[in-house]
Amino acid sequence: MSLRLDSMNETDRPQRIVLAKIGLDGHDRGIKVVARGLRDHGFHVIYAGLWQAPEAVVQAVADEDADWLGISILSGAHMTLLPDLLNLLQQQGTENVKVMVGGIIPEADVQKLQQLGVTGVFGPGTPIEDIVEFLRERR
Amino acid sequence: MSTPLISDAKKRWQQELAAAPSRPQPATTVSGLPIEPLYTSDDLDNFSDEEQLGYPGQYPFTRGVHANMHRGQLWTMRQFAGYGTARQTNERFRFLLEKGQTGLSTAFDLPTLMGLDSDHYQSRGEVGRLGVAVDTIDDVRQLFAGIDLEQVSVSMTINAPAFVIMAYYVAAAVDGGFDPHKLRGTLQNDILKEFHAQNEFVFPPTPSVKLVVDVIEYCTKHAPLWNTVSISGYHIREAGSTAVQELAFTLADGMHYVEQCLKRGMNIDDFAPRLSFFFNAHNDLFEELAKYRAARRLWADLMKNRYHAQRESSWKLRFHAQTAGCSLQDKQPEVNLMRVAYQAMAAVLGGCQSLHTNSMDETLALPSEHAATLALRTQQVLAYETGVTNTVDPLGGSYFVETLTDQMQQQAEEYFERIEQHHGMVAAIETGFFRREIGDAAFAYQQAVDAKQKVLVGVNDFQQPDEKPLPLLELDESAERDQLQSLQQIKKQRSRDDVRRTTDELKRVAETGTNVMPALMETARARVTVGESMQVLEEIFGRYRLGAAW
Repeated sequence: MSLRLDSMNETDRPQRIVLAKIGLDGHDRGIKVVARGLRDHGFHVIYAGLWQAPEAVVQAVADEDADWLGISILSGAHMTLLPDLLNLLQQQGTENVKVMVGGIIPEADVQKLQQLGVTGVFGPGTPIEDIVEFLRERR
Repeated sequence: MSTPLISDAKKRWQQELAAAPSRPQPATTVSGLPIEPLYTSDDLDNFSDEEQLGYPGQYPFTRGVHANMHRGQLWTMRQFAGYGTARQTNERFRFLLEKGQTGLSTAFDLPTLMGLDSDHYQSRGEVGRLGVAVDTIDDVRQLFAGIDLEQVSVSMTINAPAFVIMAYYVAAAVDGGFDPHKLRGTLQNDILKEFHAQNEFVFPPTPSVKLVVDVIEYCTKHAPLWNTVSISGYHIREAGSTAVQELAFTLADGMHYVEQCLKRGMNIDDFAPRLSFFFNAHNDLFEELAKYRAARRLWADLMKNRYHAQRESSWKLRFHAQTAGCSLQDKQPEVNLMRVAYQAMAAVLGGCQSLHTNSMDETLALPSEHAATLALRTQQVLAYETGVTNTVDPLGGSYFVETLTDQMQQQAEEYFERIEQHHGMVAAIETGFFRREIGDAAFAYQQAVDAKQKVLVGVNDFQQPDEKPLPLLELDESAERDQLQSLQQIKKQRSRDDVRRTTDELKRVAETGTNVMPALMETARARVTVGESMQVLEEIFGRYRLGAAW
């Protein structure tokens, strides 16, 4: 509880983050742990769930007036699905929303994703504190 | 004379213990069960050799399901494989058989696992990526081309569309001249854990279970050597559960299948011997092997005393184990070799019937050939060099192991009661009971890791800044295109009349609630796709949606 109050005092309003899984993989252990962890650190978390189409994710970002979009994908299809999603964000005028990605992303793809505009990529085993710090530094 | 001496010794030990320093991390199992500094005969006050242990191959099977266990026959070394097209996976299968692997295990790609065809819009980027792509019976024929299906046992890891794939398999085998009564293998076909953990479900729980029972009923009559369900705790554990939750939820799932089969009017001793189990092998050696021992004892008791099975083979819990994917780290990935070796040892000491050892590079990519070979070699070293196979249940009678086994049994039984209080399996799924329990455990685990109460070598301690990357498998991206082309070809060539006639029959049969398997054998031969078969049934059964609770 104290954590939540501390972070509320930091700024005017808690950062809002939409979390979603795209693609077909059902590995939601990581994203749910991140959702709970961020909530406990005072973030406003909207978890959109599994199997989200890029269109639905972009809609959720707009509807929720989100500061961040966190995408989890562990199937390996990230280089097929993420570029589409980033394009769509731009087309919908939500390109100022910062995007982070979690999952099994090979090093070579991390660089490509950053060039495409992804702000942060987090692999398995990342401590919640690291993600919190990352988000606060870039608010 | 000896009693006062022991009590003196105990007193002195307690004093020395109180004065001795302890390491800062709490002494618990991986799952958080508190562990005492020492176990003695005092911990086994109510322990009865006869009731809790028995002899191997005899009720309650705590010590194993066979009289001689691995001293007689080693476990089956069954490495999970599959990628790209059926042709590519067929090549990998033959390579593995050549290297001395003794059974096949098929990984399907995500579209197939979700009951979608390769040309579905949601399949884009996923075709042939995490396993082999199967759209029609032609893919299954290609997958097992040149392999003697009466000699090699085949495991197929698929759930929501398991009944479709099984129909393809049996039809392809029969058409290839094999006797279905001689087919040996395992279909995972365990939909309940999909709702708890793995999320590869399509229909709501009740019709989903009906389809599981259809497979059990069909195979009991027509393919009696086939293991009809692999009741799986593996994925529950991977989703973050404790060892006790894995044990309890898996056996509860098993009970639900048994009860539904009995409702169908089947005789328990006809189908129970072909139910098999699949457990995780995680980091904590003793917790894991106690889990397997408790599982055997619990299942034997349930089958004999609750469901009144008469045959000994109905009481025996046989299981496959796989080392814990979720325990593998992407930092210093070679260290995973050591994790896997200890995990595999737990499974062997716990009396597994078959085992998959993970490759060290699985948090980074699909296994390279080098990493996959090392994983198999790990099993071979265990089997042939370590001596752990020389005697049955070598840890039986250990004060610690027996205490832990009893604790796990008791805690699992408490969960059975809680599931009852939630009005049974389906209601507990629908109200999110299992997902909440698992989610809470996963979060608690991560918090313990973040707080360094649990040390992960190379991750939150003993880090190494300049790591050399491992050479990884480069995936051949042409599989998706090839698969789409061959699917298009099949759709052009097949008889539309046959497709319509057989799918109409499937629809009719499903609506009346009778067993869908015979009708599926005909849709299979008419080259109806996985996606089309699932679509016919979705119109009748509906689609299950998850609440977004976390």
